[in-house]
Amino acid sequence: MAKIVVDGTEVDVPAEYTLLQACEAAGVEIPRFCFHERLSIAGNCRMCLVEVKGGPPKPTASCAMAVKDLRPGPNGEPPVVLTKSPMVKKAREGVMEFLLINHPLDCPICDQGGECDLQDQAMAYGVDTSRFAENKRAVEDKYIGPLVRTSMNRCIHCTRCVRFTTEVAGASDLGAIGRGEDMEITTYLEHAMRSEMQGNVADLCPVGALTHKPYAFHARPWELNKTESIDVMDAVGSNIRIDTRGREVMRILPRTNDAVNEEWISDKTRYVWDGLKTQRLDRPYVRKGGRLVPATWPEAFDAVAAKVKATPAKRIGAIVGDLASVEEAFALKQLLTKLGSASIDCRQDGAALDPSLGRASYLFNAGIAGIEEADAILLVGTDPRHEASVLNARIRKRWRATGGKLKIALVGAQADLTYPYEYLGAGPETLADLAGSGTFADVLKGAEKPLVIVGQGALARADGAAVLSLAARLALSVGAVKDGWNGFGVLHTAASRVGALDVGCVPGEGGLDAAALAAPGGADVVFLLGADEIDVAPGAFVVYLGTHGDRGAHRADVILPGAAYSEKSGLYVNTEGRVQFANRAAFPPGDAREDWAILRALSEVLGQKLPYDQLSALRAALVAAHPHIGRIGAIEAADPAGLTALAQRGGNTDKGGFAPVITDFYLTNPIARASAVMAECSALRLGGVAAVAAE
Amino acid sequence: MLQDKDRIFTNLYGIHDFGLKGALMRGNWDGTKGILEKGRDWIINEMKSSGLRGRGGAGFSTGLKWSFMPKQSDGRPHYLVVNADESEPGTCKDREIMRNDPHTLIEGCLIASFAMGAHAAYIYVRGEFIRERERLQAAVDQAYEAKLIGKDNIHGYPFDLYVHHGAGAYICGEETALIESLEGKKGMPRLKPPFPANMGLYGCPTTVNNVESIAVAPEILRRGAAWFAGIGRPNNVGTKLFGIMGHVNTPCVVEDAMGITFRELVEKHGGGIRGGWDNLLAIIPGGASCPMVPAAACEDLIMDFDGLRSVKSSFGTAGCLVMDKSTDVVRAITRISYFFKHESCGQCTPCREGTGWMWRVLNRMSEGRAQKREIDVLLEVTTQIEGHTICALGDAAAWPVQGLIRNFRHEIEKRIDQYAANPHPDPVPMAAE
Repeated sequence: MAKIVVDGTEVDVPAEYTLLQACEAAGVEIPRFCFHERLSIAGNCRMCLVEVKGGPPKPTASCAMAVKDLRPGPNGEPPVVLTKSPMVKKAREGVMEFLLINHPLDCPICDQGGECDLQDQAMAYGVDTSRFAENKRAVEDKYIGPLVRTSMNRCIHCTRCVRFTTEVAGASDLGAIGRGEDMEITTYLEHAMRSEMQGNVADLCPVGALTHKPYAFHARPWELNKTESIDVMDAVGSNIRIDTRGREVMRILPRTNDAVNEEWISDKTRYVWDGLKTQRLDRPYVRKGGRLVPATWPEAFDAVAAKVKATPAKRIGAIVGDLASVEEAFALKQLLTKLGSASIDCRQDGAALDPSLGRASYLFNAGIAGIEEADAILLVGTDPRHEASVLNARIRKRWRATGGKLKIALVGAQADLTYPYEYLGAGPETLADLAGSGTFADVLKGAEKPLVIVGQGALARADGAAVLSLAARLALSVGAVKDGWNGFGVLHTAASRVGALDVGCVPGEGGLDAAALAAPGGADVVFLLGADEIDVAPGAFVVYLGTHGDRGAHRADVILPGAAYSEKSGLYVNTEGRVQFANRAAFPPGDAREDWAILRALSEVLGQKLPYDQLSALRAALVAAHPHIGRIGAIEAADPAGLTALAQRGGNTDKGGFAPVITDFYLTNPIARASAVMAECSALRLGGVAAVAAE
Repeated sequence: MLQDKDRIFTNLYGIHDFGLKGALMRGNWDGTKGILEKGRDWIINEMKSSGLRGRGGAGFSTGLKWSFMPKQSDGRPHYLVVNADESEPGTCKDREIMRNDPHTLIEGCLIASFAMGAHAAYIYVRGEFIRERERLQAAVDQAYEAKLIGKDNIHGYPFDLYVHHGAGAYICGEETALIESLEGKKGMPRLKPPFPANMGLYGCPTTVNNVESIAVAPEILRRGAAWFAGIGRPNNVGTKLFGIMGHVNTPCVVEDAMGITFRELVEKHGGGIRGGWDNLLAIIPGGASCPMVPAAACEDLIMDFDGLRSVKSSFGTAGCLVMDKSTDVVRAITRISYFFKHESCGQCTPCREGTGWMWRVLNRMSEGRAQKREIDVLLEVTTQIEGHTICALGDAAAWPVQGLIRNFRHEIEKRIDQYAANPHPDPVPMAAE
């Protein structure tokens, strides 16, 4: 700790703090453009200049100077920093004037208007007029992809975007060419950026040079209602803010949560919102004569009731989809139980996860933030870049923090993960070899906090249970599970999965699992709670409760229109077991209703009334049954003892390699498949659409 | 005036052989082993007491700079980097060393590297210096062949010397930008701290020195610090390469004692000012970045660090540009201003935006298309750049303009009045250059 006096206030801060951080600790605001906590220090905007007493007779960039680099006074007095002196005021005004001389000042037509750092700081630290009478610089706009719109006249060359892409996203797509006032930010050959996290550059841009293309000219920030919510595109549970105008979702932005997504979100999370408006199911449908015809709620319910009453309980089943909240899964499970069926499953991909072995067997036990402590990582059948982009960025962050020394190895399908790794092999044999011996096993053994990440690619196969057991055995044998560290982790891809497993949405005794329910002759009535990634064989009567006219709806005999994640209040448990609460930002379209309410109403028609009339009552029942769901924001640590049982389970493994789970990152769920933006990204990724020239 | 026996660069004009044979005849590489045997501390102390101030412009004590290098390596190698990116308009001393007396530099590299525990040194040569690099490389090859340097050399200190060719950017003469460029990155200055002596080339302790500072070191150590310190004035000692150019009768680069008067310099070596002493308008004493000194102040001007500071200019690299009364000073400074605008790396705001602003205003002013109040605005813009940037290029761009306004404000005002009186038809007659 070091003492420092900021504007007369003495504060005690860690010596490696920068002056900017020290000033913030003293409660003094320092304007800045290029500085960002999660990026390297560039020191190029010069907005954060402060005066250091006794230093050189010129202002100092506070973002780049550490407290420990300041010399104490002659008698050991703490160094003195002034942020309100005439020198600092003049420096800020000067820099602000320079920034604005070539800035177009087109705020009225700029999407950043109202949430622009340059606007705000010009108001706070600038002078009222410019003395610059020359022509302003004009810069051609660049094409950098379908997601980020450029308006390069506005660029102030802070290089945040360049630093983000090279450091966090791990794609050196953006860079600066040219010198002096001719410097331009570009993707060099004007190709689209090739990152799953490119939307973040528009958030980082302190001015309107990079804005969100799908949101361009749609709304002004002050018109929007901001709702805190949770993302369901992957199992990371990124914290998001949904901005709505009226009933319409206008955009999705990240919220800062250092334990989960820091302040990044993937492009799918961010730009999927146009999918919330298209292909929506806004009224019930009933299949008559082979065709789905619109119906009223009572008609739809009657059709379901008639079929259910005519079917023996054992022939009824339910599959929980990937986007369901915990409440719905819990209500559906209760409904099935009341009907007398044990055939419920949340693993539509067939992943061999068994909650009876304890939560440790299916959680990402180390936690997402725990990645930053890991010193060796083994990836088994997973491609975190596409399955959980934000989590992958965390692995890359750890890799960078160790100076590229972090040992990472992969068993499974090879992919560009944005960091180097050792490729060990394709499938279970490699994993079995590793469990015996092998150089990487020694690396894991030698590591203080080794991490074994098992992906769905290793589990969603016939021998998944054996592979999971093998992975657990490996984790135990290399000492990945010990006091204060559980380095065994399952990386999920479905937002609903952990929550549904927590409330026991797996077949009970005599119950059928998802594959069996979908198989020909498996069940007579199947409820799909937004389950679109599974094909139910002809023969069964399918009741689809969901949001989009996607695969599940096409197969359905009765469609009950539900609410998308932005349209309901719900709980989600992410891959590390963290319970998170999503607020409702908008309303379901047309006759669509919240899923729990549909299930509650249906239960009454079926004569098995669920005992709650309000969501709060449902939640109370849920928390009573599963107390840890009530601890919002927290992770209920799993007992690692279950892993020993899992490891002992054994089983025979097959030969083939682990297949990638995600074939098209942009089209993994019904909302994304309804999104035109995601479709464009997908086509671009596959090389189907030529890059269009800059506007 | 410097006596011939006190000259360090005895082949400055390339009359003799630049190669090893000639260099040995001139006394280079004489007793180098003996100097090394006296040890690191002796060399650094001797350099300190010689009073040598860096010849690259800033004038920081060379011996002191060497002493900043860690005494013991913490496992990282140490590096010496020689800044031969001599790109300042008006400076052309290092190229004479490289093409005519390269062995002074090579020997200096060995000694300096030894003094700071470096086993490798890089010479970063300016991109436009093609022939200089060829000569230098040839001399390095000769030194390798004669086992004067190399892994296994007669001096018993493993040492490798690499000549690196830049791409011709002025900014790469800034020490940290030079390091970046040497690492293969874009030449953009780094933030300091950390200083290169702690985190320099490839993150290792590095010292960056000017060619001349390194090249004079062997001779200082051979003849003794007292000899060097005895030349010139206190705090401004030794011999120095002066460049004399512009409106003089015989432009040249010459080695002379520090503290020589400008008048003596220009009359003895430069053949006098074109049209006589009274025809002098102003000088730019140390390369384009130094504020100009008007004729009145040149009368008794002493050419060294303190002498030029007393006339609010700076000694820089002692490349002295002489302008006679036919010069259009406003246009001259406009051209210099364009140079800095062109060479700004674009990294930090004040320099990136300010250099272009200054050039555009000056461009109008040189025609008279301006308002008189803009002169004060321009002056304030220079102060908004100066001291607010990452490196000294911002300062360097601001000083010439400040010098112009300080000394020739009347000239700008006259131009504005002329234009206001006759704004349109024929161009204002310009004086011949």
